Amino acid sequence: MAEITREQLLHVAHLARLELREDELVRLEAQLRDILAAVSKVSELDLSDVPPTSHPLDVVNVWGEDEPRPCLPVEEALANAPEREGDFFKVPPGGGAS
Amino acid sequence: MIDTLRLTAEAAKGLLDRKEISGEELFAAYLAAIGERDPELHCYLHVCEDPGGDGIPIAIKDVIGTKGIPTTAGSRILEGYVPVYDSTVVARCKARDMRILGKTNTDEFAMGSSTENSAYGPTHNPWDPTRVPGGSGGGSAAAVSAGLAPWALGSDTGGSIKQPSALCGNVGLRPTYGTVSRYGIVAFASSLDQVGPVARTVRDCAYLYSIIAGRDPCDTTTVDVPEVVLPEGTDLKGLRVGIPRELNEHAAIEPGVREAVQRAIELCRELGAEVGECSLPRSVDFGLPCYYLVAPAEASSNLARYDGVRFGYRTPHATDRLDMYKRTRDEGFGDEPKRRILVGTYALSAGYYDAYYGQAQKVRTVIAREHADAFEHFDVLVTPTSPTVAFELGGRTADPLAMYASDLLTIPSCMAGLPGLNVPCGLSEGLPVGLQLIGPQFAENTLFRVGHALEQAIGFDTVPERLR
Repeated sequence: MAEITREQLLHVAHLARLELREDELVRLEAQLRDILAAVSKVSELDLSDVPPTSHPLDVVNVWGEDEPRPCLPVEEALANAPEREGDFFKVPPGGGAS
Repeated sequence: MIDTLRLTAEAAKGLLDRKEISGEELFAAYLAAIGERDPELHCYLHVCEDPGGDGIPIAIKDVIGTKGIPTTAGSRILEGYVPVYDSTVVARCKARDMRILGKTNTDEFAMGSSTENSAYGPTHNPWDPTRVPGGSGGGSAAAVSAGLAPWALGSDTGGSIKQPSALCGNVGLRPTYGTVSRYGIVAFASSLDQVGPVARTVRDCAYLYSIIAGRDPCDTTTVDVPEVVLPEGTDLKGLRVGIPRELNEHAAIEPGVREAVQRAIELCRELGAEVGECSLPRSVDFGLPCYYLVAPAEASSNLARYDGVRFGYRTPHATDRLDMYKRTRDEGFGDEPKRRILVGTYALSAGYYDAYYGQAQKVRTVIAREHADAFEHFDVLVTPTSPTVAFELGGRTADPLAMYASDLLTIPSCMAGLPGLNVPCGLSEGLPVGLQLIGPQFAENTLFRVGHALEQAIGFDTVPERLR
């Protein structure tokens, strides 16, 4: 399996929306290499005929009645907002967000 | 004078029902114990004022949402966050008049095996404060053992209830996946996370489980649960006990741990159980790598919500929105969540998904099948809970892989969605050794029966020697 390069680490960090400092990059690069080498052990097994498990219980869809009920009041929904304006969460302008 | 070190929740309920003590007196006794011992142990991140009432006090792990009470999950990114609603498990405890003593320490986002990943500093083991209490639920486990709560709620993804209970010498249940609602819980890995009880006796553990378990319309992964039977019997006649070779003979298991577990297995025989060997050939060697792909992958998705927009920390240094997201998360998360977010994002990213996450999900099927095969022949499997007794603070913090290996023996059954109970079974080097009982899905009553019978036969004193 491929070894993680600095370029890949920066790409993954961007996907995860993490701005890592240089000292963190150095430390994490080495640790991630070790961790990925250890977890790559799963590739030793030939499991081409084994189905994946995404959920431990054998359950099917659960349906609920479409009944209106009170939702969280606006004041409570905004109670933990870092910044608000009127009834809205306020955030910095878009800039390079993509 | 109430001795909080010895008082079980069941005994406390008796005192309250007979009006021999008031709810206020009982709550005050725990607050006094917290005032005396918590400065040294640091089990609590937040201690509550008496909310009034006549119920039994309880401690709540800080990943469990509590209306009006700060809930940080041990992270700076949730510093100051105060939920506006109760998690279902807390609502169910309150419906039984339980009174919240406070919120207990945890590794950040329940990611860790020692509580040292908490952004607010580690919890210390009440048996030896130079050692860890285990994790992630070290705060809940240490609080119960130190008499700072009669019982507590924890959460378990790969061992976060069972392993701290083992290291602190008390009883902890990770219930079958789907039996207890996760509504209002800070999510880590949703196909694994379970809430469960920590207590000083198996009966207390069973009683608290009976209160929190059951279907919840707010968590569609929950199912109907068999009625809980509080255990009374002291024999194990007719019970088939399996000893999985790979989990009992692993090289990482300390000799003192092995000996205490062997004595407990011998006791199972003396109590009338039929004991036999079995094998889970790939569950141990492949369980750990499987877990450390599945759990980080799900964590990377669940932790995407911490973006500084709606709640929690926001960086004061942002130039634009993307910059705000990235800096908020860099400044708010500690090292372990960052490692797991990065590993998980990598394992889910284009080109690597099949080799990592997809393959890990198939390994999960293999592990579940191996356990199902074992339960064709046995009612319960017995192993050590932790390969070692409580280790020194700082002993594994520099090496993430060494820390991950702490959960070697608890992880396989978690991957299969199975219930597991930790029962203390003796001491090694003066520190508690935990016995792990694993059952088929929904076999909690069997675990309680076995755990209770062993508890009576072993007679383990759950009060740490230095506090007696």
